[in-house]
Amino acid sequence: MIRFSSLWKAASGINVPHNKDTARLETVKLPLPEIIILTMSQHVGAPCEPVVKRGDQVYVGSLVGKAPSSMSMNVYSSVSGKVKSVEHLMYKAGRAELAVLITPDGEQTPDPSIEPPVVTDRATFLEAMERSGIVGLGGAGFPTDLKIQPKNLAEIDTLLINGAECEPYLTTDNREMLECTDTIIEGVQACLKYLGIPHAQICIEDNKPMAIAKMQAAIADIPEIEVTMLESRYPQGAQNVLIKNATGRIVARGARHTSVGVIMLNVTTVSSIGKFLRTGMPLVDKRLTVAGDAVAHPQNVEVPIGTPIQNVLDFCGLKEDPKKVVIGGPMMGNAQMDVNYPITRQNNGLLAFTDANSKNLAVRPCIRCGRCVNACPAGLSPVDIRNAYKVFDAERLDALMADLCIGCGTCSYVCPAHRPLTQTTTLAKSFLKTQKRREKS
Amino acid sequence: MEKHTSYLRVSACPHIHTSDSTTRIMLNVIIALMPALVASVLLYGVRSLIVVATTVAACVLFEYLWCRFRHFNNTVGDCSAIVTGLLLAYNLPSTIPLYMAVVGAFVSIIVVKELFGGIGRNFANPAIVGRIVLAVSFSSAMTNFTYPTPLIACDAITSATPLASGGAGIPLLDLFLGTHGGVLGETCALALLLGLVWLLVTHTIEITIPLVYVGTVAVLSAVFGQNVLGEVLSGGLLLGAIFMATDYTTSPFTRKGKIIFALGCGVITCLIRFWGNMNEGVSYSILLMNLFVPFINEHTRNVPMGGGKAKK
Repeated sequence: MIRFSSLWKAASGINVPHNKDTARLETVKLPLPEIIILTMSQHVGAPCEPVVKRGDQVYVGSLVGKAPSSMSMNVYSSVSGKVKSVEHLMYKAGRAELAVLITPDGEQTPDPSIEPPVVTDRATFLEAMERSGIVGLGGAGFPTDLKIQPKNLAEIDTLLINGAECEPYLTTDNREMLECTDTIIEGVQACLKYLGIPHAQICIEDNKPMAIAKMQAAIADIPEIEVTMLESRYPQGAQNVLIKNATGRIVARGARHTSVGVIMLNVTTVSSIGKFLRTGMPLVDKRLTVAGDAVAHPQNVEVPIGTPIQNVLDFCGLKEDPKKVVIGGPMMGNAQMDVNYPITRQNNGLLAFTDANSKNLAVRPCIRCGRCVNACPAGLSPVDIRNAYKVFDAERLDALMADLCIGCGTCSYVCPAHRPLTQTTTLAKSFLKTQKRREKS
Repeated sequence: MEKHTSYLRVSACPHIHTSDSTTRIMLNVIIALMPALVASVLLYGVRSLIVVATTVAACVLFEYLWCRFRHFNNTVGDCSAIVTGLLLAYNLPSTIPLYMAVVGAFVSIIVVKELFGGIGRNFANPAIVGRIVLAVSFSSAMTNFTYPTPLIACDAITSATPLASGGAGIPLLDLFLGTHGGVLGETCALALLLGLVWLLVTHTIEITIPLVYVGTVAVLSAVFGQNVLGEVLSGGLLLGAIFMATDYTTSPFTRKGKIIFALGCGVITCLIRFWGNMNEGVSYSILLMNLFVPFINEHTRNVPMGGGKAKK
């Protein structure tokens, strides 16, 4: 049917098929795998330094990797067992990464040193968060302890809780809101209290009515928290898009999101904060949506961090051999080269697609339909950026503001000629960055 | 651990895509052009079908031969040559000698489209340039209109083109149904509007360009005391506004750009119709505005989020 609004409203973003069939299914706990692989890079910063060696006994929540700087976050063991080895493994994007391999003993004994943190003020709260093992769980992997202490903390007036979950297939945040409502509220309240932020908004896309109802009921007598319902439109959960739609504020080019008085945390991140404050157990388990047309029983599973992808796929069953395995959502996730890779803590989806559904589409010539231009949520012109990148015109890329690309994949999704526009814009972005750095020096 | 996969496909995200494709878009345009084809056969007889078949076949053949001899990937499969062929035929009278139709197809496909780099690179609408070249080269053959066969009862006595008399000589119902003399595809407003509905329902085009274009012509006609409905329904305005001005490659990207483009088309059409020495201004107006598209695109670009003036 004709959407009359689409005839008049210049709408950015796109309607993608949601495929959120797993939204109603209770999370299932995955049995312990035979091996746990803890890579030392489960965050944006430099890799952790392993503090265990071969043969060491570790427990659930034992420190395994120590963060070298504030941009990194400690890695904790998700099982009790013996360290099998500490070695370099080929991981994502062909990079070799240091990893600690642990053979679980099946006891799941918690580390004896674990006890609920004593938090009385901001200093003790932030100090406790350093030991939480929590990073941005929406997929970014930015250390949460660093995120909640921006330089201009005094100017922050809103804590945005991102429960938009705009990626198709994924329902982990939805399940978190339904199953862990209490810890979400506790986490939000702790952040508001200890960081001195007056107001929190929990932002949820309107395709999750159950989660909205549950959260609304939970905050009924908490005046400082409100639930904001947002249109289900990809990429609603992208940081700058969500800030604009939830608060009307626009983050200026080159500025951080804290510059508009906002701190944004994923709903699962904030729930993990609540859980950590309750028990003192760092983040060691992660909920994943396992879906895709190759999966026999799509569902949400809770897996110990470091479980190999293969174990998760085996548990959910495969209808046929997958030809593409994606970590994350279908719009922004990474296709994996090997199913022996482990799940890391910022992963929230595991998708397996069949041959028929993962064919590389033939790239045809651009017909200048302008769909990428009109759909781009950042208001960019991907087709022009592509042409400027082709001739390495840094000046024009700068004028086109290629650096504002959020990498959401919308332009590639809508392109009728199946051109890899997101990829070229990402390349253009890094080219522009290099050129600018070169100019400076 | 059982190994499930021999190898995995690795590609950049996103891993899902719209079901739309260039071919599907072109097929939607072809479907939208079908009512006008039916109307032309009913109005002008089987001869119009022969003209359509000739231009379509010639367009496809020229594109195929070009790709073949230039060793390019064969692009005939995207069906865009069929669209060009149909649009070109719709701009010709049914009496046109077939060799002229082939010349038009050559100009459209080889000169306008392929010489500039093929689909997506032409600066002007191929069918429009084809029509203009034919109109200039063979002006009498291009205005040798037949009159509707008695299949539909109508008043067969008309002037050469309704526009010569400002559309005044013909009852509005005849203008709407197309039961008067003219080129193949542009007389039946009803058929063209059906096509428009299909294009909108399938999200192939936005309504912006047709609406603003026709609206501008209507307003200017009223201002300058012309017969508003006569101006809107006669000549190539509807065909041009719905199918030619909305061509992706030769129209601007953003809504703002589309509005400026369509306004320009409307103004030029009226200038030519009211004060020019030609009856028909649609094809020239679209061609002229086609030339402005890169300029319009450059100045109507969306402001990136966060890239505008600082505001909090």
